[in-house]
Amino acid sequence: MVYLTRKAEFSASHYYHNPDFTPEENQRLFGKCNNPNGHGHNYTLEVTVKGAVDPKSGFVVDLRQLKDVMSREVLDALDHRFLNKEVPEFLTRIPTTENLAIAIWQRLAPKLTATRLHRVRVYETPDLFVDFYGEA
Amino acid sequence: MKAHLTRRYMFSASHRLHSDELSEAENRATYGKCNNPYGHGHNYMVEVTVSGPVDDQTGMVCNLVDLDDFVHNEILERCDHQNLNLLEEFAKQVPTTENLCIAVYEIVKRGFDKAHLEKIRIEETMMNSFEYAGEK
Repeated sequence: MVYLTRKAEFSASHYYHNPDFTPEENQRLFGKCNNPNGHGHNYTLEVTVKGAVDPKSGFVVDLRQLKDVMSREVLDALDHRFLNKEVPEFLTRIPTTENLAIAIWQRLAPKLTATRLHRVRVYETPDLFVDFYGEA
Repeated sequence: MKAHLTRRYMFSASHRLHSDELSEAENRATYGKCNNPYGHGHNYMVEVTVSGPVDDQTGMVCNLVDLDDFVHNEILERCDHQNLNLLEEFAKQVPTTENLCIAVYEIVKRGFDKAHLEKIRIEETMMNSFEYAGEK
């Protein structure tokens, strides 16, 4: 088994707000992240796939195919967007880094037919990242 | 769904690697320049990885403010710009980064109850890093 990781970057804005909470609760829980006009990050995405090395190609996965799927399913949808307003998953879920990692996994997993997704890692800043392994 | 959240912190500290159980010559042979009696320092980078189910209401594994407060109060306040040899954890142990990793793990494991501690990873310099995930 060999693991292959491809990086990508996207920039997006978001804010944290739960309509079930009072304004005071939202402010207490989410602090500056609750500003309704949003704020932004340069996100770094790392997608790790795993599999046996194909004896003919020497590849775990055709990197071009992986890049195409990442661009189409993730970057086109998220890059330079206001996540709360423009990305369907986040009309009902708070776009935390945790939920971003889960949403990206759910976008990629069904499209990566030739390989197996191992991990989605999303850096919100260089000091904060979330890993999702598809665990229930 | 279960996600892993990792946060990076920095502190700067001095230490000296010296064991009372070894002779002067053995200490020099074992620790080399790190045995310099006046000590030396590093910029340490500490990565704390916690895991847990992503809360439906908040979208979080745990509130980052809680983790930051804990690590600032219990780790950074005690270690930053200090001599590690003088900490109670190193009264009887050599402050190698292996032992520092274990000490930080034990402090977080014992005191932080908002998420499950997965592992501690510490970079002593950009060239060497250490991980401890408890005894398995």
